[in-house]
Amino acid sequence: MPVLFELRDVCFAYDGVPALRGLSLDIARGERVALLGANGSGKSTLLRILDGLYPPAQGSVSFDGVTLTAERLQDDGFSLPFRRRVALVFQNPDVQLFNPTVWDEVAFAPLQLQWAKEEVVARVTDTLELLGISHLRERAPYRLSGGEKKRVALASVIVLDPEVLLLDEPTATLDPRSQSQVINLIQEWKGSAKTVISATHQLEIVEDIADRIFVLEEGGVAASGSTAEVLGNHELLLRANLVHAHRHSHGAVTHSHPHVHSHAKHEHES
Amino acid sequence: MRRGFLESTTMGFARAITRVMLSERTARQRGLLQSLDPRVRVVGLFALLLAATVSRRLSVIAAVLAVAIALAVFSRVSLFGLAKRVWLVVLAFTGVIALPAIFVTPGHPVAHLGNATITEQGLRAAALLVLRVETAVTFSTLLVLCTPWSHVLKALRALGLPREAISMLAMTYRYVFLLVETATQMLDSRRSRTVGVLPPAEQRRMAARTAGVLLSKSLATGNDVYLAMQSRGFQGEVQVLSTFSLTLWDYIALLLFLLAASVAMWMGR
Repeated sequence: MPVLFELRDVCFAYDGVPALRGLSLDIARGERVALLGANGSGKSTLLRILDGLYPPAQGSVSFDGVTLTAERLQDDGFSLPFRRRVALVFQNPDVQLFNPTVWDEVAFAPLQLQWAKEEVVARVTDTLELLGISHLRERAPYRLSGGEKKRVALASVIVLDPEVLLLDEPTATLDPRSQSQVINLIQEWKGSAKTVISATHQLEIVEDIADRIFVLEEGGVAASGSTAEVLGNHELLLRANLVHAHRHSHGAVTHSHPHVHSHAKHEHES
Repeated sequence: MRRGFLESTTMGFARAITRVMLSERTARQRGLLQSLDPRVRVVGLFALLLAATVSRRLSVIAAVLAVAIALAVFSRVSLFGLAKRVWLVVLAFTGVIALPAIFVTPGHPVAHLGNATITEQGLRAAALLVLRVETAVTFSTLLVLCTPWSHVLKALRALGLPREAISMLAMTYRYVFLLVETATQMLDSRRSRTVGVLPPAEQRRMAARTAGVLLSKSLATGNDVYLAMQSRGFQGEVQVLSTFSLTLWDYIALLLFLLAASVAMWMGR
């Protein structure tokens, strides 16, 4: 498969605090990739760099053979088609939902990309139906529940039918039902041979949304491989802070073993 | 439960934001102002506002205010809402500023209040100020109530307002909702961890700390909101579904607005 994203020695820092340190990776067209890492490992920063929102301080990022530079992204001739092809769903839907109604929200991106009026109306209507949120069209996004907000946030980018979908913690903070709905949506959307890159630390959803995994640690790629390979490597997951040793007792015997941790599905008692 | 100044203010903002949301509904209703091209609305209402501001005659300003009220009625804007949220509030604020003028303006005495003398010229000056501000704020409110915010921005851009100013206004509108929600959550969280009543000095320190944290959060979130807009193609130019086009009715309305404003300016000179 041809390479779509090519990153070489990418570095990025927030006010002197490094977030990415010499990160290199390739992502091919049509791949389903998960960026796996603990909090602060650089997943969200990497997604923003892939979306051309942050220029790397060092190194290079290219999309479909074209290097992403600040100048190029400010040029409408490059930027508008790029925004049409690559879309990012932010971790916090509140920052993504800023229009008075759900309909306006979903119509925002097509309008910015200067689509014809009839096309905007048709695509927004179809997308609202596809995500089962037509009944919310006149509601104010900020008053919706967490699951509804996430679906509207997804609708607001899926409406563009982008080639690449970047998802930042797509199911974080969602209840199990909303989580399952979002995963189904991603799987159905993927059906049309799109590239899906998801950043997450929730191991239990990775098999559903990715075929290949990059494990990020301290702003670099600690390991990569197929989903089965990476999820089977408990030592790696333990080191990357994605699982922890769980101590418990069976009658008189106490033992510990690596344990997948999900805040969404259960809680630990001290 | 009794709320402190900070909480009351935040709750007040939250209510105001809800009203803004409701105003979007008014803007999408069918009505006189809503039927006009947004550029005509901006220019026409601004011309009448200017006429009220420069006019020196009470009767002329009152006539312009009557035009504003008629526009509100035909645009299906609630007069009760206007009275409660605009006229009374403006009267309270401007009244305080105008009150001294009643006593300190030299002129023909009409009444005495203890040692102070109320003059005819003082009463006139105070009435002029209050009426001018009431009229100006009514026109501004009508524009915002009868026009979706995105259309106001596009109309201002079409009338030559710089792209940077438009970006700033667009960001402010989008961001203010989020800021109010964050502030409300912070205050709720603080209240859930506070037992009893804190001494006033501690309350002030707490308010200062909350404001500081909110500012830091607001900078980070503001940046994220902008990135989210940029990610979906926002380049500083507001795009809306409706394409503005002037009809014959728009030209007639614009002519009437400008004619009324010119007559008011001439009569009120």
